[in-house]
Amino acid sequence: MATTAIAAADPAVDAVRRRPGLLRRFRRYPLPALGVLLLAALVTSAIGAPWFAGQDPFEMNVVDRLQPPSGDYWFGTDAYGRDIFSRTLHGGRVSLVIGVAVAAASTLIGLLIGVVAGYFRTADAVLMRIMDGLMAIPGILLAIALMSLTRASLWVVIVAITIPEVPRVVRLVRAVVLSVREQVYIQAATAIGTNFPRLMLKHILPNTLAPLIVQATYIAASAVLVESYLSFLGVGTPPEVPSWGNIIAEGRLYVQIAFWNILFPSVFLALMVLSINVLGDGLRDMLDPRLARRL
Amino acid sequence: MWPYVIRRVLATLPVLGVVAVIVFLLLRLSPGDPAAIIAGDNASADDILAIRAQLGLDRPMLEQFLLWLGQLLRGDFGKSIYLSRPVLGLIAERVEPTLALSLSTMAFAIALAIPMGVLAAWRAGSWIDQTIMAVSVLAFSVPVFLIGYGLVIGLSLSLDLLPVQGFVSLTEDPVAFVRHLVLPTVALGLVYTALLARITRATMLETLNEDFIRTARAKGLAEPRVLILHGLKNASVPIVTTIGTGLALLIGGVVVTESVFAIPGIGRLTIEAVLQRDYPVIQGVILAIAFVYVLVNLVIDLSYTLLDPRIRY
Repeated sequence: MATTAIAAADPAVDAVRRRPGLLRRFRRYPLPALGVLLLAALVTSAIGAPWFAGQDPFEMNVVDRLQPPSGDYWFGTDAYGRDIFSRTLHGGRVSLVIGVAVAAASTLIGLLIGVVAGYFRTADAVLMRIMDGLMAIPGILLAIALMSLTRASLWVVIVAITIPEVPRVVRLVRAVVLSVREQVYIQAATAIGTNFPRLMLKHILPNTLAPLIVQATYIAASAVLVESYLSFLGVGTPPEVPSWGNIIAEGRLYVQIAFWNILFPSVFLALMVLSINVLGDGLRDMLDPRLARRL
Repeated sequence: MWPYVIRRVLATLPVLGVVAVIVFLLLRLSPGDPAAIIAGDNASADDILAIRAQLGLDRPMLEQFLLWLGQLLRGDFGKSIYLSRPVLGLIAERVEPTLALSLSTMAFAIALAIPMGVLAAWRAGSWIDQTIMAVSVLAFSVPVFLIGYGLVIGLSLSLDLLPVQGFVSLTEDPVAFVRHLVLPTVALGLVYTALLARITRATMLETLNEDFIRTARAKGLAEPRVLILHGLKNASVPIVTTIGTGLALLIGGVVVTESVFAIPGIGRLTIEAVLQRDYPVIQGVILAIAFVYVLVNLVIDLSYTLLDPRIRY
């Protein structure tokens, strides 16, 4: 057990062992591959929304209000006669930005705090109590409370969703740092006089990479979902922005006569969250076989 | 055992203390003047001053905190700015729907997830396992409102089987109470079911590889007995832990579900408070829910000694 752990922690050994297997492993996991394809399609439709959509997501055609899906309006129209297809594609852009930004921000902040907590025992007690406190507040509730503090904007939404995600990353990073710092090769590195930044960058941080990538994927999925919940509740992205949650929030008033208002953005939302989660599961299986057996 | 219980109970105090500090700082660290935010866009300077004095925002920070903490410890959660009524009373009025929905969802999810997880682990790698796992990834990803509105359109609006929305108190009409809870429970329960099914499968997989399972089978015990009495019982600790920590996810979902089905619970109260910038109510709700969360997880931690006699502290 100890020898395999040391071997796996050596970047050179790892690189030789991992690289040739990557493609073959992808073929062994068809579900994650499907997830990646689906995600790629959704990302393309979001980025290319201005070109694919055909219509302006804000253009109102009052004559054509609440039209069912048709050749002209693939996903129908909303109460203002706006094209749901165009609005749904544009909504993907908001979700994409939120997912990527929250995953990146919470991973970076969590990494920083986690390394400090794991390596400096004096800071650990205080930092972990703060994290415990944050984790005792359900994420959506904390995000809702944070949203109430200032005028809503995309940035505020990103901050409000990021803060509740940070403790999970901190715990993960701290656990890795705690276990790695006891390894013999860290002692060896310290003994030959490796300074702290080098020790961190070369010997400790690489071990956090695999679990962090997996965690960041799950956080992105959760962030996309939470943004839609916040917007649906009227405390998220400013209402004039066509985000999926906002489209659904407006469409709920007409759910009995025009269900397509909520159906299409919800399905896109579900597909995006699903594809990211499936990708996360796949990455976990590929990067960390030990975790795969446990979950 | 008792020293452990005392230590574990005391260990919740710093967590609750940190929650109190976070909730306190929430308002104070907001960019801009909280009194002005509360007063709204068309408030006069006098209004803002009055609110500042009412909330004690004109005093030093530490004094404010100690004063506020003292009130909390005496059970005074402050007054709603909008309704000028005690926050705790407002929460108490709204607690029944939320509690009913949370408990029914938990019961529904546990009843569904544990058989799913056990079955998947028992037939690991088979099509049953793969189907159950695929369904739970799906359930974990589908937003509450897609399932919620789907059920409403399918079962209520077209077939008229169940009420579309709202809530009826148990004391008022028990039948209507149950009928109103069915759709929200299913809509909300699927996410929680997915979470529990995954952890049940994972821990069962580990347990089923243990020697005592082989022994149980070798001595000719019936398979259900092996799975439940020997397998599930030994796998129960991580499952129960996840039921507790998953409560945070569940409460988040409750807020959204209450909105979909127009249920007048704590979630609606919170959203109303946020839209009206009624900070004492927001603070009170967060404190109350964090308290419940910490308490439930404390009870779960202490219950391990019952579930697993090997755990002795």
